[in-house]
Formats: sequence, structure tokens, C-alpha cells
Amino acid sequence: MEKRDNIPTRVGFGKGVKEAASRNEKVIGLGADITGSVNMNFFADAFPDRFYSLGIAEQNITGVAAGWALEGFIPVMATYGVFAAMRNTDQIRISLCYNNVHAIIGGAHAGISVGPDGATHQALEDIAIMRSLPNMTVLSPCDATQAEQAVQAAIEEINGPVYIRFGREAVPDFIPKGMNFEIGKGQTLIEGNDLTIIATGHMVWEALQAAELLRKEHINARVLNLHTIKPIDKKAIIKASTETGAIITAEEHQIMGGMGSAVAEILVSEAPCAVEFVGVKDTFGESGQPEELMEKYQLTAKYIVKAAYKALEKKNNERIN
Amino acid sequence: MILSVKELREIAKTIRINVVNALLNAGSGHLGGSLGLTDIFTALYFHELKYDPKNPKWEQRDRFVLSIGHVAPVLYATLAQAGYFSTSELSSLRKLGSMLQGHPAISHNVPGLETTAGSLGQGLSIAVGMALAAKHQKAGHRIFSILGDGELQEGSVWEAAMAAGHYKLDNLRVIVDRNRVQIDGSTEDVMGVEPLVDKWKAFNWNVLECNGNDMSDILKILNEARELEGKPVVIIAHTKMGAGVPEIEGDYKWHGKAPNKEQANSFIKQIKGV
Repeated sequence: MEKRDNIPTRVGFGKGVKEAASRNEKVIGLGADITGSVNMNFFADAFPDRFYSLGIAEQNITGVAAGWALEGFIPVMATYGVFAAMRNTDQIRISLCYNNVHAIIGGAHAGISVGPDGATHQALEDIAIMRSLPNMTVLSPCDATQAEQAVQAAIEEINGPVYIRFGREAVPDFIPKGMNFEIGKGQTLIEGNDLTIIATGHMVWEALQAAELLRKEHINARVLNLHTIKPIDKKAIIKASTETGAIITAEEHQIMGGMGSAVAEILVSEAPCAVEFVGVKDTFGESGQPEELMEKYQLTAKYIVKAAYKALEKKNNERIN
Repeated sequence: MILSVKELREIAKTIRINVVNALLNAGSGHLGGSLGLTDIFTALYFHELKYDPKNPKWEQRDRFVLSIGHVAPVLYATLAQAGYFSTSELSSLRKLGSMLQGHPAISHNVPGLETTAGSLGQGLSIAVGMALAAKHQKAGHRIFSILGDGELQEGSVWEAAMAAGHYKLDNLRVIVDRNRVQIDGSTEDVMGVEPLVDKWKAFNWNVLECNGNDMSDILKILNEARELEGKPVVIIAHTKMGAGVPEIEGDYKWHGKAPNKEQANSFIKQIKGV
């Protein structure tokens, strides 16, 4: 797959909210002070009378969103993932999820690639927490094009709380325009039968690069883009296990509880195979340039390749035994 | 139909008796706060709120957001009394399969219930969202919410209070159940919330006070609140936990307790005043 450009996924999020809002006047924006930074300004500028600024008060914003949603509106709140998912977890759990109302939470600045702001602003646990909440849908689009599609699907096709995770940095925009996006259905971006790399968010591009490197070594890697972490695409995961026998998960998130854990939950009970995890290893991030951090925390294509060899070795040993 | 103070007091007695019986059946639950708030619930549902029990989702209804979910028994008993469902349902309180969860949950389809509650500090935010939505649509209904005084120790309450003041939500009426006690003892010992009137004023609210166990005083203050414009209104309602049952009035030990058979009989006699 070829990249067209480098665009932050948050730009796609902002565009998608605005597009969906132009078709539905029930879409309401709730601001948490960093409106421009999470690209909610696209919506706020287009629909100023539907945008309500609530300041730096994530717990309240979440409850206010529930109030709007109970009245039949579709509130969209967005701030950095560390605040959008974790400062207000109890409000998300009770006011949004237990009430099971249709509200969209945008979690920006996900992952370690946030860079110089450091650990306080790098959301690395949001998937684990959000996916454990009943009624919650968790989306993690891989590029700006997909982020734009994902938030529109969240607004138009779901009737419950949705958490959408997106990033800060400009990253390759590569998903073909017009490629079908369906919540809960993973996308096989490259076919292959030796192993499968299941990736989400920014790591999907890295997975594609890893598959390229592996192909040079005559290893055919399948790449599955798991843009929906919940509800998870069981079918595609089981298929990957039975057809390729080795799975590497890759995410810009803690390994503990993240997308890889979600995949492993399916594999262990339905279709065990050799598995390796690429992700953050139970540690906080730090300041640095995004690419320096991705290297230090072993989140690049090179490390996916390493994990692939380990998984292949396990797969082959299992066969010999 | 406008009910007299005397008629409202009789309704309050019936609700109190139903609360005691529901808790006796349940074997657990929060008696003290439920009894302390019975007069206010009665005044709201039989004097102040616009609603139609045959059409719980009527768009023009006033919204009632209970924030302190633990006083579910008085909410349920009041909704039943108001005709949303049969009072016989009350005997299922807190039991497996019941719509009457220990803390109210809309997932269990309770007619007349606007939102789930139980984790303190969330109701006012929901009420603010509803009040903003009403203003956005230029709808005339009002949003009422009951908060506990101990609940005011939750920081998010003040985030919501700030937002309501900022947006001048004069369609929002909050009643604070000022019974001065919480599980660990007196609110002012556990974590003082005073000066309460000044706090709300500082957040740009209109502040009223009343005796929350005196029906005529409650009606007077609700009528007064109706005339206020330009700011959200909070009524600090001074109540006694366990009000209506002299034996336990003001005793915080009855915050989270249910009566046994003997106690229930005695409490009901005291409520009836015989």
C-alpha cells in the first residue's frame, strides 16, 4: 500500500464530525478547552450554535454528554485520551455506559508518538479501560482517511457509547479512498499465509512496512487492520490463526489489557496458536521526538519483524513436537 | 388539581409507610435519607412537576434527576404513588430480576425514571446536559435534581455547578438534602461543606433555603423558585434523616439500614401518629 501524504488522524476525526453534523442537526459538540488541538474547531466553526464550551472539566463534560444523549441528541466530546478516558472513567461507566446512551468520546494524542509532552499526555491504557466497559464500542482507526470514516460510522450506525482513539502526529495516510469501513469488521490489507500481523491505529502502517521486510525474506505475512477493538472481529482472528498459525499483535498501547490482550482472549479459547505482542511493556513513556520514542519503546516495523521470527519459531517448534 | 397541605401530608405518610415496608421486604437499603426526603418528593410529584404517568416520555414533562441513587426507595414509592406503576412492585425492591434495583437503573425500564444513579456526583452534570438541551430547543420544561449534602464533597458537583452558572440555566432547580449527616458521622466533621449558601452564590446561583420536612415551607419555596430568572436555582432543604419516625430522626446510623419486622411495625405506628 502506498501513502498519499502525512496527515494526523485527529484531522480526519475533526472532518468526520463536521461531515456527520452537516447531515444531522442532533449532533452537538462539547468543548474541553483544547478544541483546536483535537480538531473539533472544524465543527465549532461550522456550527457555532451547536457547540458548547465546558472548560477543563472532563468529569462534568461526560455527565453533560449523558444529559444531552438522554434527550435524544448525539453529543461528541473530545480531548486528549488520557483525560477523555481516564480522568472521567466512572462518569463514562455509569452516566454513559450503564445508561447506554449514544455519545461519542474522542480520545486524542493516543500512544507514545505524542512526543515531547511526555508521559502525562501519552494515552497508553485507554483501550484496556474502555474495552472492559459493557455497552462501549471502541474504535482505533489507522489513518486520517479511516478516522474520518470511523467517526461518521460512530455517529450514524451505532446507538450507544463509542470511544474513538486517534493520534497527534502527522502519519501516513494510505487507506484507499472509498474503501469500505464497517464497525466490527477487520480489514485484511495484505494477504499472506505464513503469519498474521494484527495491528491497530498508527501501528498498521508499521505492520505494512514489516510485511514488506518479511517478504524480502520470503515470508508471506498477512496484515489485518483491527480498527474496531470492540466488538472484536472474532471470525477474522480465528481465520488468521487457523490459516497462518502465528500471530503478532502491534499497538501503540500497553500490552497489558490492550488490543493484543483482546485478540489473545479469542485465540486462547477458540483457536490457540503462536502469539507475540508488540506494544508498551508496563512502563510510562517520556519526552522525545516521536520517531525516537517509537524506536526506544520498540514500536517500529523492525520490532514487528523480530516478533514475527519469534512467533514463527514457536509455530515451527509446535509442529516438531 | 391542587392539593392542600393537609392532603400532601397524608400522601407523604403513605409514601413513608411504603418505604418502610419495601425496605423490610428487601432486608437492606437506605431508610434514613429516604424518609428525610419524603416530604420533598411528595411536594415535587404532587404539587410542582408536570408529568403524565400514562405517557412517561411525554416531551413536555419536567425532568427529575435523582443524583443520590441510594434514596431509591423513596423515588420508587413516589413514582408508584404517582401512578407510574403498581405499589405492589415495591415488594420486589433489590431482588433478583426486579426492575427496582438497589440504585435506580434505566436499563431495568422503570417507568418515570430519567437516568441511572448511584455513583455520587454525577446527577448534576446530567441535569445540566438536559437543561442545555431544553434551552437549545427553546423548550419550556424544567429540570429538577436532588443532591445530597455529603455528595457535595465530590468535586465534579462543582464542575457542574460552574457550568450551570456560566450558562445561566434558570430552567434548572436543584434541591440539596441538607440533613447534615453522612455514613461516617456529621458532614461538618467528615468534610465540612459550609458555608453552603455562599458557595452556591459564588458559582452564580440563586440560593433559597427551607425546612425540607415542613410541607407548607417547601411549597412556599418552590413557588418562590418558580419566579426567579436569569440563574439556576438551588434550594438548601434542611431535613432530618429518618423524618416522620421520631425514634430515629437525625440518627445517621439509619443511613444505610433496613428495619426488622418489629422495628417496621413500630416505625409505621409512629408515621401514622398512633
